[in-house]
Amino acid sequence: MNVSQIALLSRRSLLGTLRQPGSWIPPIVFPMIFAALNSAAFARSTQLPGFPKVDSFLDFMLATTIVQGVLFGSTIGGTNMAIDIQDGFFDRLVVSPVPRSAILIGRLAGGAALAGLQAVAFIGIFTVFGASVKGGLPAIVALVLIAMVLGIALGGFPLTLALRTGSSEAVQAAFPLLFIFLFVSSAFFPRQLMHGWYQTVAGVNPLSWLVESLRHQVIADFSIADAAEALAIAAAIGVLSLSLASAALRSRLAAGA
Amino acid sequence: MASALAGRSLVLIPRVPSTFVPSLIFPIFSVVAFSGAFSAVANIPGFPVPKVIDWMLPMSIVQGAAFAGMTVGMGMARDLESGFFDRLLLAPVRPLGLIAGPMGAAVVRAVIPFVLVLPVGFIAGARLRGGVPGALMLLFAAEGTALLGAGWAIGLALRAKSMQIAPLMQMGIFLAVFLSTAQVPLSVMTGWLHQVARVNPMTNILALARQGFIGDVTWGQTWPGLLALAGGIGVLGLFAVRGLRRLVP
Repeated sequence: MNVSQIALLSRRSLLGTLRQPGSWIPPIVFPMIFAALNSAAFARSTQLPGFPKVDSFLDFMLATTIVQGVLFGSTIGGTNMAIDIQDGFFDRLVVSPVPRSAILIGRLAGGAALAGLQAVAFIGIFTVFGASVKGGLPAIVALVLIAMVLGIALGGFPLTLALRTGSSEAVQAAFPLLFIFLFVSSAFFPRQLMHGWYQTVAGVNPLSWLVESLRHQVIADFSIADAAEALAIAAAIGVLSLSLASAALRSRLAAGA
Repeated sequence: MASALAGRSLVLIPRVPSTFVPSLIFPIFSVVAFSGAFSAVANIPGFPVPKVIDWMLPMSIVQGAAFAGMTVGMGMARDLESGFFDRLLLAPVRPLGLIAGPMGAAVVRAVIPFVLVLPVGFIAGARLRGGVPGALMLLFAAEGTALLGAGWAIGLALRAKSMQIAPLMQMGIFLAVFLSTAQVPLSVMTGWLHQVARVNPMTNILALARQGFIGDVTWGQTWPGLLALAGGIGVLGLFAVRGLRRLVP
């Protein structure tokens, strides 16, 4: 594997994202607005019996916002890959002596960098508005690192769709589907206050375990076990999404051969 | 030309379902997810319906219609990016037809989430207390909101001429819907959101859509929504037309 080629493609991915504010501003601004909305809409729900002990709904939402932001930003890599396919850059890349893995890794590295920046921005801005990370600096470091791993893991799904369809429109239109997976979890409301089959589904959704492990760092204390659990879940999602993306890449290359 | 473009946009539904299916699946999941996740919210004093699904179902259908409208703008952005739109501009047609066609397609597309999501809501326990008039008000609100979504997305597409603008299309619709009474009524909200939702026209559109699920249809709940739709369609229609005039002076 040629590291310099991966670095070049990663740099291109990150610069391509940064030069399009219309693509990276929403993944930072939108989750914060959503958190602000939910904090105002559901502030009174923290008084419901069974709600975890929190200072405010904003504390409850910080981990959710990080995951949501990373999820939202993960579509950028897929969209850019689809544009590369549509405008022919992908074909030129394929005929060059660039390792196939670098095509994927280059895109995902840009996503990881954006995810790290998002986590730092969310923690900083939430703190300004009164939230606090009870786990202190170790918890903040864990939140940022796990966000970066998650950026790679979630970025694999839009990349797969881009490689399968070659349509940036399809990648964008699929964003709500990714959002749904987060919603059918305990990201936005405690599992204890859900009912019936929904509670059951949220209980087996890996994103619930991920968000709850991250949330523990915010509303309780830093826990190595919880941080390790969140990292393991993000890594497992990454193994799945990267397998799908690799298969999609092979399939596209085979179809073009 | 307008009808041909509308037809082309609708033909894309079966031919490229990946571009439309999310706008159909999302409202179904939205109604299920919001009702499931926030089911306990109905226990907050002041919540006007005994089951959260009666509050969330109309919002999900209206939001689905907005997304259905948005997809025609995404299609236009793709045409602008690929150069197909330039060929349309060279054709001997009235430029406004290039907007009227996709807007017409948005109206048709908005029917699909209404027809498919409403039964899902009933199966999940929603109750239409206002009968057929209540359902018609919901359909009317959904169609109007699809035009709002289309006007917004087409206006952005014509300015950006790139699919990269798609997140902004989505964000605008999310904001318009969620800065209103989308999740909880005004009486349950606190702070700044209450002030914003009170003056957000989408609150009136949702009241128009939702009234049949709360009680009977009344003129008092209807006219503010109609006014909000008329004003919004006028403003966003102008936004789209002015975007086109930037391309065709």
